[in-house]
Amino acid sequence: MKRLFLFVPLLAFVAVVILFNQNMDNDPSKLELARKDQPVPTFKLGELYNPGRELTPADLKGEPMLLNVWATWCPSCRVEHPYLLKLAKEYNVPIIGLNYKDDRDAAKKWLETLQDPYRFVIFDQEGRLGLDLGVYGAPETYVIDAAGVIRYRHVGVVNEKVWRETLAPMLRNLKMANANAVEEPGS
Amino acid sequence: MIAQRLLICLTALWMSSAVWAIDDYQFSSDEGRERYQTLTYELRCPLCQNQNISDSTAPIAKDLRREVHRMIEEGKSDDDIVDFMVARYGDFVLYRPRLNAQTAALWLGPVTVVTLGLSILLYVARRRRRSLGESAELSDEEQARLRALLQQTSSEESEQK
Repeated sequence: MKRLFLFVPLLAFVAVVILFNQNMDNDPSKLELARKDQPVPTFKLGELYNPGRELTPADLKGEPMLLNVWATWCPSCRVEHPYLLKLAKEYNVPIIGLNYKDDRDAAKKWLETLQDPYRFVIFDQEGRLGLDLGVYGAPETYVIDAAGVIRYRHVGVVNEKVWRETLAPMLRNLKMANANAVEEPGS
Repeated sequence: MIAQRLLICLTALWMSSAVWAIDDYQFSSDEGRERYQTLTYELRCPLCQNQNISDSTAPIAKDLRREVHRMIEEGKSDDDIVDFMVARYGDFVLYRPRLNAQTAALWLGPVTVVTLGLSILLYVARRRRRSLGESAELSDEEQARLRALLQQTSSEESEQK
């Protein structure tokens, strides 16, 4: 019995190793999504090109989509832009832009020069919607399901790897779930 | 001359510390100002990780300070303001996290470890004292045996001589 106590330090050491090892992949600069599985917070904002067009959470419903937070002051957004274009043009992914704390003319010029991957762009100059979503840096990309519920957030540049490993499977599953939900009442 | 230079240096030093007092919010009461200071001191900047929002110059920290100021002036309680932040940025923004299932290890861990350590220490100390006490006081029987043994050895020694 007394001998067993000698193993206590070893056990404690093993426990600490396991604990640390589990947290190795945990990037402390990535925040958990506080709004996960909640509907998009209410907002009423104009469109980038068409300030008279009033956008609300109802515009973020109907099919699973990506909501991409970007700004012209954000260098990583420029890095990400060509890939968003590819997603929109080649894979026909619905991407909504959220122009975050930016200048309207600068944002319009950016999309004219670099082309526009967005179905429409919410113009959030004050950063109100950004704050309500919990945006803390750009670019951020939210996955929103057909019912307008936030499912996931990717912080940082969306590239081939992120798309293939995370966003694409997630959108596919949401699309399937949505198709089933639509079929059921009819059958 | 030296005094003048010293004055310039001191002014420069004083100004450098004043640089990060960036916003100039007006409060309708001193109590509001104090609450603002406490809250911005205890809320963590989501982007810069190891700074509170009162120290950080990041745009997001500026936005959050503005929100804190707005809510204080609107008469919201500290709990309301903290709830607002947690709803958006999670427990991460609290430098003093709340006690819930996720943070239980954080709050109770140190207490558990200290209690465990103290009880082990106490256990070991008590056991040692008990074993010392046993050996120090001999019963009459043991005393007699000890005396007999001592006499025996001393007589053996004298025989050898």
